[in-house]
Amino acid sequence: MKKHQSSFHDVLFHQITRLFAFVVFSLLAAILISLIIGSKETLLKYGVSFLWNDDWDPGKEVFGALVPVVGTLLTSFIALLIAIPVSFGIAVFLTELAPSWLRRPVGTAVEMLAAIPSIIYGMWGLFVFVPFFQRNIQPSLIEWLSPIPGIGFMFAGPPFGSGIFTAGLILSIMIIPFIASVMRDVFELVPPMLKESAYGLGGTTWEVMWKVVLPFTRAGVIGGVMLGLGRALGETMAVTFVIGNAFRMPSSVFSASNSIASALANEFNEATGLQKSALLELGLILFLITTIVLVISKIMLQRMAKSEGSKS
Amino acid sequence: MAQNMSAHRTKPPSMIHSGNGVYKRRYILNKVMLTASLCALGFGLIWLVWILATLAIKGGGALSVTLFTEMTPPPGEAGGLLNAIAGSVAMVAVGTLIGTPVGILAGTYLAEYGQRGWLAPATRFLNDVLLSAPSIVVGLFIYAVYVAQVGHYSGWAGACALAILVIPVVVRTTDNMLMLVPNGLREACFALGCPKWKMIVMVSYKAAKSGIMTGILLAVARVSGETAPLLFTALNNQFMSWNMNQPLSNLPVVIFQFAASPFKDWNNLAWAGATLITLAVLALNIIARNYLGKK
Repeated sequence: MKKHQSSFHDVLFHQITRLFAFVVFSLLAAILISLIIGSKETLLKYGVSFLWNDDWDPGKEVFGALVPVVGTLLTSFIALLIAIPVSFGIAVFLTELAPSWLRRPVGTAVEMLAAIPSIIYGMWGLFVFVPFFQRNIQPSLIEWLSPIPGIGFMFAGPPFGSGIFTAGLILSIMIIPFIASVMRDVFELVPPMLKESAYGLGGTTWEVMWKVVLPFTRAGVIGGVMLGLGRALGETMAVTFVIGNAFRMPSSVFSASNSIASALANEFNEATGLQKSALLELGLILFLITTIVLVISKIMLQRMAKSEGSKS
Repeated sequence: MAQNMSAHRTKPPSMIHSGNGVYKRRYILNKVMLTASLCALGFGLIWLVWILATLAIKGGGALSVTLFTEMTPPPGEAGGLLNAIAGSVAMVAVGTLIGTPVGILAGTYLAEYGQRGWLAPATRFLNDVLLSAPSIVVGLFIYAVYVAQVGHYSGWAGACALAILVIPVVVRTTDNMLMLVPNGLREACFALGCPKWKMIVMVSYKAAKSGIMTGILLAVARVSGETAPLLFTALNNQFMSWNMNQPLSNLPVVIFQFAASPFKDWNNLAWAGATLITLAVLALNIIARNYLGKK
């Protein structure tokens, strides 16, 4: 009798935990399905052409996703351009240069950048950084970069302070801690024997990092970068404050535009009917892009973790 | 040979190397790149210092007792953030209360029952994707399945959105921490004739307690600053309210609306709120990290 009861409890506990694991498992699918149902109207009305229509006019009930999609990709791309080298530098410092008593505090300080809520970045960007950038840095950037033939047009235009570049820069600050901590973690997986052999052959610290550690950890580093990209794509509040919120194709990196997340934050609550459906479809596009990026990141990091055993 | 052997990374070039162009180039490149690495660190940390200094200057001056005793004011009048703070605390508390048990039980399945079958590895993979999924999409999801069905914004919806953000953090830490529990402890418990559920509750949970607590604290820290998911779920409310079935005021959305407004005193309140939130979130993070460090 006693035996029976305890095995009943065992089965019960097993099945309850299984049920909740299944709930977590199905959350992503539930999000996907609810977004598809919510955006049914525009999905049926526009089909795939929604993606390359650059007109967004709630008054005329015309909606196209091109501007926010381009804005999202462009800001994230700028963020990666800045964040990758900086994160690499920070990871090199934390694994090779810093004395051991300094590693923990500096590592924590960098991680604190990730802890600051994104609305704080947005507010600080709007009130402090945008005016500073507009007054002190942007005019000289435009002056130096816009005469360059070929790529100069990308930097032309009046200095507004806010715009694509500012949004990308603030995004880069927000994703540096994610990329840097993944890089630090995978750099620490490199077998010491490998590094010591390189040092023993007379390699300098830089050569060891660039020619031994980095190739060894390539998959993990790409995984970290993709993780940062996933974060940057979906970031809302910080971008909403500084991107300028204009449904216009950006003509240079300094012009105001819109990202998917900022369009949602600004318009969703006032939207009705077709516009709401169009915004939900934007959310669906954002969800698909970030999920694909994060899945790639995860696969890369898993490959890294697997090769750890075989190579060392 | 001799050149290479003495080319240690910290030593300056010795006499042997003074005429060696290749070595000199490598030495200089090394110095340049390591200096660049230091600059990168400086670039990363300068923003942290700048943001915290701004908050201390702009928000520190606006902090006062009235923040905690008065409601959010109409433009042009003095006031505080009481209703926003209350709403935030209520939603974060309810969100954590919903999300934590779900996360712990799911994490338990992954760590304790997940050796066989497809569900555990697949859930672990999707949970990691969910962990970094954009929070605004979670807001849209709750809007579509809850707010649109019920027909009005509510505090419950906000709490549900926060719960969905809490779940993946808790699942992951629970899973990781239970994996760290040595198998010897489990075997000892089985040897005493314990059923598995009792072993998990009395031994595994006990051994992993501080790690799981850390995960919950980090999850609370993460959701208390979230704005995007609350925009479409809880919205805002100018009045003091504990009614979770109505739109509920909350600190992040108030900051968003007050910061974007043209009124000076609203902006100041937004700075005060921003300082409060940042202090709370950073404090939670530091407590959580030290808690884990002690273990």
